[in-house]
Amino acid sequence: MSSVTQQHDNTAAHHDDGHHHPAKGFKRWLYTTNHKDIGSLYLIFSLTMFLIGGAMAMVIRAELFQPGLQLVDPHFFNQMTTVHGLIMVFGAVMPAFTGLANWMVPLMIGAPDMALPRMNNWSFWILPFAFLILLASLFMPGGGPAFGWTFYAPLSTTYSNDNTALFVFAVHIMGISSIMGAINVIVTIVNMRAPGMTWMKLPLFVWTWLITAFLLIAVMPVLAGAVTMVLTDKYFATSFFDAAGGGDPVMFQHIFWFFGHPEVYIMILPAFGIISTIVPTFSRKKLFGYASMVYATSSIALLSFIVWAHHMFTTGMPVAAELFFMYATMLISVPTGVKVFNWVATMWRGSISFEVPMLFSIAFIVLFTLGGFSGLMLAITPADFQYHDTYFVVAHFHYVLVTGAVFSIMAGAYYWLPKWTGNMFNITLAKWHFWLSLVSVNVLFFPMHFVGLAGMPRRIPDYALQFADFNAIISLGGFAFGLSQLLFVVVVFKCARGGDKVPAKVWDGAEGLEWEVDSPAPYHTFETPPEIK
Amino acid sequence: MNQKYEKYYVPAQSPWPIVGAFAMFFIAVGAGLTVMQARSGGGAGHYLLYAGIGVLIYMLFRWFKNVIEESDQGLYSAQMDRSFRQGMSWFIFSEVMFFMAFFGALFYARMISVPWLGGAGNNAMTNEVLWPTFEAMWPLVTTPGGGTTQAMGWQGLPLINTLILLASSVTLHFAHVAMENNKRGPLKVFMALTIALGVVFLGLQVLEYMHAYQDLGLTLDAGVYGNTFFLLTGFHGMHVTLGTILLLVMLIRILKGHFSPDKHFAFQAAAWYWHFVDVVWLCLFVFVYVL
Repeated sequence: MSSVTQQHDNTAAHHDDGHHHPAKGFKRWLYTTNHKDIGSLYLIFSLTMFLIGGAMAMVIRAELFQPGLQLVDPHFFNQMTTVHGLIMVFGAVMPAFTGLANWMVPLMIGAPDMALPRMNNWSFWILPFAFLILLASLFMPGGGPAFGWTFYAPLSTTYSNDNTALFVFAVHIMGISSIMGAINVIVTIVNMRAPGMTWMKLPLFVWTWLITAFLLIAVMPVLAGAVTMVLTDKYFATSFFDAAGGGDPVMFQHIFWFFGHPEVYIMILPAFGIISTIVPTFSRKKLFGYASMVYATSSIALLSFIVWAHHMFTTGMPVAAELFFMYATMLISVPTGVKVFNWVATMWRGSISFEVPMLFSIAFIVLFTLGGFSGLMLAITPADFQYHDTYFVVAHFHYVLVTGAVFSIMAGAYYWLPKWTGNMFNITLAKWHFWLSLVSVNVLFFPMHFVGLAGMPRRIPDYALQFADFNAIISLGGFAFGLSQLLFVVVVFKCARGGDKVPAKVWDGAEGLEWEVDSPAPYHTFETPPEIK
Repeated sequence: MNQKYEKYYVPAQSPWPIVGAFAMFFIAVGAGLTVMQARSGGGAGHYLLYAGIGVLIYMLFRWFKNVIEESDQGLYSAQMDRSFRQGMSWFIFSEVMFFMAFFGALFYARMISVPWLGGAGNNAMTNEVLWPTFEAMWPLVTTPGGGTTQAMGWQGLPLINTLILLASSVTLHFAHVAMENNKRGPLKVFMALTIALGVVFLGLQVLEYMHAYQDLGLTLDAGVYGNTFFLLTGFHGMHVTLGTILLLVMLIRILKGHFSPDKHFAFQAAAWYWHFVDVVWLCLFVFVYVL
C-alpha cells in the first residue's frame, strides 16, 4: 500500500498546477468534476426551471381568475397543469436538493469531493436535455403531455397524443440522472466521511440525504417500469392497463404510487435536514433530540413504502386494503410529529434571532405542519371520498411542497449563499422577499382549502360561479407570489456580484465543518481530511 | 498530522460526461421518434437512435480507458476502490427494483386483476357487466376481450436455459477463483466458457420466441400473460446481452494481460452483474414459467 501512496505523491506534484483553480471559459462548466461547480449548476438549473414552471402556474391562475374559458383552450390548460407539475417536481425541487447536497455534503463530512466526480457531472448534464425534450414537445403538433403529472392510464395510453413517447424517454433519462446522482450521494456519505465523523456525529442534512438517496435508488427504477408499460400499452398494443387484455388501469396507479409516495418524501426529507441545521444556529442551542431525528427520518422513509394506496382510496379497493393504508398513513404523523416537536423544543428558551434563513425556517415549521394536518384529513378514508380530486388536495400538497420544500430550499440558499459567494446578500431585499412570499403564498393556497371542501374539482379550466370570488383572490395571491420570486433572483444575482465580505463562520451560532473553510469556499477543500473532535 | 492518509483521487476535468449527456439526448429523442414513427412508417428517428448509441459506446470506451490508465498509474486508493464497489452494488440494487416493477405487474395481474375480472371477491357485477363469459385463469390464454393464445411450458427450452445460466454462474465463479490464484490459463478457459454459455442462452431464447410467435400464437400483444412474459424475459434478455458484452470486454482485457490477483474490480463488477442476472432468471423461471 505504501508504494501506492508514494507513487501518488509524484503524480500529484506535477498535477498540482491547474488542479487547484477552476478552468477558464465555458469548458469549466461542461467538463467539471468539482462538486461545488456541479452544485452551482444544479442550483442555477433548478432556479431556471422554477421560473419556467412558475410561469406555467401563472397561465393556470390567469385562466382560473374568472369562471368560463377566456385565455387558453382546455387542451393547452391540461398541458400547463401537467408540465407545471413535472417541472416543479423533477426540474425544480429535486435538482435544488441535489445541488445543495453536492455543495454541502462533502463540506459537511470533510470529503475532498463527491465519491464519483465524473459521474456527478454526467448526472447533471442529462437533466437539461431531458427537460429540453419535455418542453420542446409542447411546441410539436399535438402538443405536449396533457394527462397530469401522474400520467394515469388510460389518459396517458388510449387518450394521449402521439408525442407521449418523447415524454416517456424524457422521464427515462431524468430517472437515470436521478439514480446516478443518488448513488453518488450515498457512496459519498458511506465512504467519504473524514476519520472520526461517526454516524451519530453526522449533520442531519447529511443523514436526511442518505435516506433520500436510498429512496431514490429504490423507486426511480419503478417509475422507469411504469413509463415503459405506458409506452408498450400505447404503441405496442400490450394491455397492462387495459381490462380487455386482463390488465387493469388501477394497476397503473399502484405501480405509479409505489414510486410516487416515496417520491414525496424524497422532496421533503432533505428539507427536514435543512431546517434541522438552521433552527439550532439561530436559536444558539444544540438541536433538541438529535438521535430521535435520525430514527424519525428513517421511520418516515420505511413507512413511505407501505402507504402508497392512500392516493387511491376512491378506486374501489377492498375495505381491508383501505383500512390498512389509512392506518399506515396516519402512523407517519408520529415520526413527523417528533420532528416538529424537536424543532420547537430547539427554539424553546433559545436566544433566537430572526435572520432571513430563520424566518423561512419558522415559516416552514408552521406552514408545513398545516400541510401535514390537511394530509391527516386526507388520510381518513371516508373523508377522502369527499376531498378526493378537489382543490383541497391541491391546497394540501402545495402547502407541503411550496411552503415546505421550496421554503426550505430558500432557507438553505440564504443560509449558505454567503459561504458560496463570500458576500452577504442584501438583507433588506431578502426580507422583502420573505414577507411578500409569506403573505402571498397564503393568499394563494389557503382559500384553496375552502373551494376544495365546497367541491371544486382540480385540473378543470372552468368552475361553477359560486367559486368565482375565492378563485379571483387565489389568482391574485398567485401573481403576487410569482412576482415575489423575481426578488429572489435579484438577491442571488446581486450577492454573486458582490456585497459585504463575510468571515469563514458567517453566522455566529453556526456549527459544522462547512464553517471552518474560508468564505467563499475554496475551489478544493479537505484534500486531506480534517480532524473531527 | 502525522497519520498517514492516502489521497483520494479527484480527476481533473473530463469531456466524457457531457458527451454521454449528448448521447442520452440523442437516444431519448431517437427512441421516442422511432416509436412514434413505427406506426406511420418512414421517418429518420432511428438514425438518431443509432447515432446516440454509437456516441454512448465511444464515450464509455474513452471514459473507461481513462479510468484504467489512472488505476494503472496507482492513483486509486483503497477508499476509491470502496467507492467503486459500493457504486456498483447500488446500481445492481436499482436494477433489482426495475425488475420489481414488472414482477409487481405480473403478481397484480395474476392475483388481483384477472380474478376480479372473473368475478372474485365482491366483483360479481364487474364480471357480469363487462365480460360475463370470461373465466379467470392463469396463464391467461383467453383474454376478457376474446383474444386467445397458448401458454409456454417450463419443460424443454426454458428448463435447458435455466441449467445453462446456472452453469454459467458456476464457470464464472471458477474463473474468479482462477483469477485470485493467478492461474491465467484456466481463467481464460472459464471466461470463454461463461461467455459461450451466455451466447447459447441468448440463441435458445430467440428460438423460444420464434416458437412462441409461430407455433403458440403467444405474442407481445396477446393479453397480460403475453405482456408480462415478453417484457420480463425481454428485459432479462437485454441484461444477459449486456452482461455477455461486459464479460467479453473482461476476457479481452484478460488476454491483454490486465488484472492481477488482488486488483481486478472491473472483472468483479461484471461478475456481480452476471450473478444478478442469473438470480433474476431463477425468479423468472419460477414465477413466469413454472407457477
